[in-house]
Amino acid sequence: MKNLADLRKIKEKAKMEMASREKNVKYRVVVAMGTCGIAAGARNVMSALVDEIGTRSLKNTVITQTGCLGYCDQEPLVQVFEQGRPCITYGKVTPEVARKIVADHIVGNKVLSDYVFKQN
Amino acid sequence: MRELSLHILDIVTNSLEAGADRIILFIEELASVNRFRIVVHDNGRGMSQEAAQQVLDPFVTSRSTRTVGLGLPLLKMAAEQSGGYLVIKSTVGKGTRVTADFKKNSLNRAPLGDIAETVMNLIIGTPEIHLCYIHKTDKGVFIFDSYWILARMAEQNITLYELTKPVKERILSGLQKINSVG
Repeated sequence: MKNLADLRKIKEKAKMEMASREKNVKYRVVVAMGTCGIAAGARNVMSALVDEIGTRSLKNTVITQTGCLGYCDQEPLVQVFEQGRPCITYGKVTPEVARKIVADHIVGNKVLSDYVFKQN
Repeated sequence: MRELSLHILDIVTNSLEAGADRIILFIEELASVNRFRIVVHDNGRGMSQEAAQQVLDPFVTSRSTRTVGLGLPLLKMAAEQSGGYLVIKSTVGKGTRVTADFKKNSLNRAPLGDIAETVMNLIIGTPEIHLCYIHKTDKGVFIFDSYWILARMAEQNITLYELTKPVKERILSGLQKINSVG
């Protein structure tokens, strides 16, 4: 990295890569990061998800964050979106459950019914 | 919240919800003047001075505002409990700057906590935004720019999620070099 032009090139390239990644996305994992979520431990949940997905080198999954979903008592909340299927919202997620979500739901394609808070 | 870095995660999330794509996070811990300062400066949609006052009141702010909830009142309370203060400067269409000043040595000041984790989570969740994290102590300045991650991704052709460890290590060693105690 040397000058502004190099920086722009890097940014463009990274943007293109992210766009191409978007095309292959099968699962979108959303962590609720409102004040309520953060206070309940959403940061550690997100780190666990990122670590598990990174370790497994999963290319078909992206993690994003959102604000308060309106169910503050159920935080930390994690939603898993999959094309053509109902969105699954997991409630009171711990880092351990987050790792399970990656292993069972995303890799194993099996919903963890014990932790489901809402389905729609 | 137990750590100031959790407050920071919360306040920067406000910036994201306000549509910002450029965010500067400035942390200054100066023992010499007994000050611990956190500044979050974004280029989001901003708000009127009137609204900027309202978001500090937990009873006036409601979910209908959507951009801000309890986060700012909580941070304000944390700052004031240490003998500090919180100010918001905002311009509609230009952005918002939140400054929280703490008395560094106050027993009521929560520790900074895991700031590397906060920064990493923010970038992971929204890699398209430009986040610049500047940390200043009596000994020096450490700067971490989210472009660094984009550059590594482009160079080494690896995914964002595989980069979390190197990023955290870089931030932690950078903070160590300037003797940050958090």
